[in-house]
Amino acid sequence: MATTIHPPGAKEIRDLRPSNTSGNGGRRDRVPAGSELRAVQEYAPPPASTGVWVFVAGVSMTFAALTSALVVRKGGALDWRHVTLPSILYLNTLVLLASSVTLEISRCHVAAFMGGVKATTGNPARWLYATLSLGMLFLAGQYIAWRQLSAQGLYLATNPSSSFFYVFTAAHALHLLGGLFAMGRVIRKLNEHVLSRATLDATAHYWHFMDVLWIYLLVLLWMKL
Amino acid sequence: MHDMSAPAHAAQAPTGFLSKHVFSLDHKVIGKQYYGLALLAAIIGMFLSWVMRIHLGWTSFAIPGLHFLSKNGAPGDVMTPEYYLQLMTMHGTIMVFFVLTTAPFAAFGNFFLPIQVGAEDMPFPHFNMMSFWITFVSFVVMVSSFFVADGPTLGGWTQYAPLSAMGSVTGPGQGLGVVLWASSIAIFCIGQLLGSLNFITTTLDMRTKGMSLWRMPLTTWAWFITSIMGLTAFAVLMPACILLILDHVAGTSFFVPSNLVVNDQLQPHSGGSTLLWQHLFWFFGHPEVYIAIVPAMGIVSHILMANIRRPLLSHRILVYSMGAVAVLSYMVYGHHMFVSGMNPISSIAFSFPTLIITIPATIIVLIWLGSLYGARMRLNTACLFSLGMISMFITGGISGFFLAQPSLDIMLHATYFVVGHFHFVMAVSAMFGIFAGTYFWFPKMYGRMMNDTLGKIHFWLTFVGAYCIFMPFHYLGLASNVRRYQAFVDDYLQPLIPVHRFITVAAIATGLVQLIFLYNLIHSRFWGKPAPDNPWEATSLEWSTSSPPPFDNFGGKLPVVYHDPYQYGIEGSTGDYVMQTDPQQIQTQGDEA
Amino acid sequence: MAKLLAVTIILIAIISAIPILRHTWWMPEDISTHGQPIDEQMSETMAEGGISFLASQFLLAFFIWKFSRPRPGEKIKNFPGGAMGLVIAAFLLVGTEVLALGAFGAKAWANIYLTPPAANAMPIQVQAGQFAFYFRYPGPDGKFGPLHADQINEANANFFGLDTTHDQDSKDDIVAAEMAVPVNREINMLMHAKDVGHSFFVPELRVHQDFVPGLDLAIHFTATKIGRYEIVCTQLCGLGHYNMKAYLEVMSQADFDDWLKKQAALQ
Repeated sequence: MATTIHPPGAKEIRDLRPSNTSGNGGRRDRVPAGSELRAVQEYAPPPASTGVWVFVAGVSMTFAALTSALVVRKGGALDWRHVTLPSILYLNTLVLLASSVTLEISRCHVAAFMGGVKATTGNPARWLYATLSLGMLFLAGQYIAWRQLSAQGLYLATNPSSSFFYVFTAAHALHLLGGLFAMGRVIRKLNEHVLSRATLDATAHYWHFMDVLWIYLLVLLWMKL
Repeated sequence: MHDMSAPAHAAQAPTGFLSKHVFSLDHKVIGKQYYGLALLAAIIGMFLSWVMRIHLGWTSFAIPGLHFLSKNGAPGDVMTPEYYLQLMTMHGTIMVFFVLTTAPFAAFGNFFLPIQVGAEDMPFPHFNMMSFWITFVSFVVMVSSFFVADGPTLGGWTQYAPLSAMGSVTGPGQGLGVVLWASSIAIFCIGQLLGSLNFITTTLDMRTKGMSLWRMPLTTWAWFITSIMGLTAFAVLMPACILLILDHVAGTSFFVPSNLVVNDQLQPHSGGSTLLWQHLFWFFGHPEVYIAIVPAMGIVSHILMANIRRPLLSHRILVYSMGAVAVLSYMVYGHHMFVSGMNPISSIAFSFPTLIITIPATIIVLIWLGSLYGARMRLNTACLFSLGMISMFITGGISGFFLAQPSLDIMLHATYFVVGHFHFVMAVSAMFGIFAGTYFWFPKMYGRMMNDTLGKIHFWLTFVGAYCIFMPFHYLGLASNVRRYQAFVDDYLQPLIPVHRFITVAAIATGLVQLIFLYNLIHSRFWGKPAPDNPWEATSLEWSTSSPPPFDNFGGKLPVVYHDPYQYGIEGSTGDYVMQTDPQQIQTQGDEA
Repeated sequence: MAKLLAVTIILIAIISAIPILRHTWWMPEDISTHGQPIDEQMSETMAEGGISFLASQFLLAFFIWKFSRPRPGEKIKNFPGGAMGLVIAAFLLVGTEVLALGAFGAKAWANIYLTPPAANAMPIQVQAGQFAFYFRYPGPDGKFGPLHADQINEANANFFGLDTTHDQDSKDDIVAAEMAVPVNREINMLMHAKDVGHSFFVPELRVHQDFVPGLDLAIHFTATKIGRYEIVCTQLCGLGHYNMKAYLEVMSQADFDDWLKKQAALQ
């Protein structure tokens, strides 16, 4: 069942589905007129939106577990050696932050397009491509950081601090890779004119979460390693 | 490929064998696939328990044919000490993960959650399909460890480090066996996370018109609460397993400290924390056991109501209590670690929430008992198993009460008392919940009735048999019989061996009784009496559609909900109950809205 | 069917309770100075648990017996007090019970684990390794020599990795395969794990503590009755776990001094 970007003039951007399908995105209206039973009114967000927050909660728990492993491992051990974070990490951070900015710009363009404010505008996909590229650039930068570390003789098993460096950055990179696939899917749907606002929003939330998570990890690694 | 957030059926029913029966996006098929997986796992797990118990009763007995399973593990059909531990580890792991997490939650939940909230399907059917196949792959990886050279890991389903983390130097199966175990579990976690994703979003976003949260049946609530627990708990187990794998294959030392010597060889690890594994594992492990029991609580509540023909004393209090149990379950995990060497003050700290969790658990049991007062019970098989579950849960819960106290844990830790406790609350109570759900919902799932006479025989023999098997475990524990021993060589254990033999006989007899259930399942599937839409005269949405439900659950027209699901004991034109979809008004006590 | 089920539940409950009431299988006699609060706690908990068990199973059976027939037309009765009554009862009864037991038990626990050993407690080091316990006494100098993990050699009976050539304090250390203690003398037991996790459990002594690789722990106790008791490993440690045990010999002071002299001669 294809859904389309709303033509200009449509009001309810979020209700993209006809209201007689399963509750997603729909309002649970009053029972049919004439009945005296109490009405039950609720508004449900589109499932993609709820889904992404559920997913974010799970990913957060995983990184929370790894954080506590780091704290415990550092606390009890005599073999902890300080790891100087490769400086490219800070550049990578800026790249990732920039990708969030381009993502937000593209969302504004799409919203405008859907709301009919601008009949023709620069292709919003351009900004999505920028986001995707910056994401890939970030991953390339992470790889360079790994190369820099191993050039110093710090590998996965060298000492516990280097172990955690690789584990945390690899885990984040893996999840970001998933985000890249999701972004690619959004671009494809936009190009085929079947993108729903919910999909775009959910993907954007996930992407920004990857950003926030990275900043948290950077601070954690900088403080602890 | 279509939008992930659209139900697949909005198009049309799939054709073709693969898309209909194998890679189906239909939550009902996925639920049945999970049930089949759980059934297979239960048969394997039970077989393992038989050979374990025979060995415990008669240690040098040659179990005919055992050498086919492993030449190294059972030369001449006599089980070696290490093979006992390997089978024990597989028994525990397979039962906890592939039966008790899968059947009450993934199997029944997948089939019935969307129907009970009035949806056509779950919002992410592709993820749902993936979650089953990922779980299946996890199962294959787990079972494959039987067939590698050294055999499966022998470290127990708890896989404590450093025994689990140092490699094959610590024992047979501790190399590749551990890596396979940890890989399988990490894969399982991913499958469960995808499942939880669907369950939570279905409950929150896919409810039909009139289905407020408080009008959801207790099974839906139970699955919802369980899926939140699953989301948070499995997300912690997965990194723990990955760190364990890294300790094996990458030379890291997350869990292995320095200066360990095995076979006179100094081990190359350094600085890791043994207790770190225990903290990570039990942070997952305790919510996991509630993941096993909360759906069974929901199922029993749901079935009981339909069979006592009156509402439960309070639906909201049951929901709050299940929720309280779930929240508290994260605060109690240290009770598995009272004498582990963690700070003794932590032990006291963990014991208080453990004792307090008794309160919501008691409230749940009291509400069940109190609801029986004034009931008009119909004792069909599903109801019998529900009542049996209550009896079993009381027993298991009370033995837990002992284990919650660190000073008593000094005597009971790692004894058969613990084994008795968890078998009562998990193996028996949760299993009875699975049985009750099967007998109750089989007509809806397959359109045929199960044989109630065979069902009752199954119940009676299993109920008495389960008590015969597991009650003596408590006595053994009080007498300090240590667990995870493949044979009883200590002086003080000799007088207890006859008790073990009694248990073994009871276990095999009760296990054989399950063949009646298996026969009933298979025979009824093909030759059972055709089932009406609502054979139990129950109120919730699954009974408002046909048996089995059509492809899109409701035949193209989604139901509208007018009532909560507790309208039993009503005097009306339709009988003593009013279905959720029935628009007629009710003059009696407050309708939940 | 209902009546049969009710009777079955009651029979099961009673039959289950009998071995408990008769102490058919029970904890062995307490030979420790700290065990009494534990035993009292156990009896207390057993009484409360037992009463709850019997009462709830009986109630379940009674309700099954009484409320299994259809009652067309009859008004449905609610349990007196309704749900809230039960909730309040649960909070009050169970709440006070668990908090009381928790507090009392915490005291018993703190007595063992949170009190330091006496100044004159006799130190004995116990090392757990796959699959045996070994015990080390400090000898006349009262000091334990350092452990060298890389020098452990079981074939030469150097279980602890002692270097008697270079370490002065190790020269008079006494290593034995059984643990002898004088009766009524406080022992400070130092616990060291050689390889994987193990545990030290002597039921009569009411002592149970895991060995933690990488963390050396201590636990203290006093044995009050002469005799021979089994020390068993309770933490799964590998294929020999079931067989990992040693004997605790509680002796008179005189017998212990003799024993120690004999052991010293065997070093």
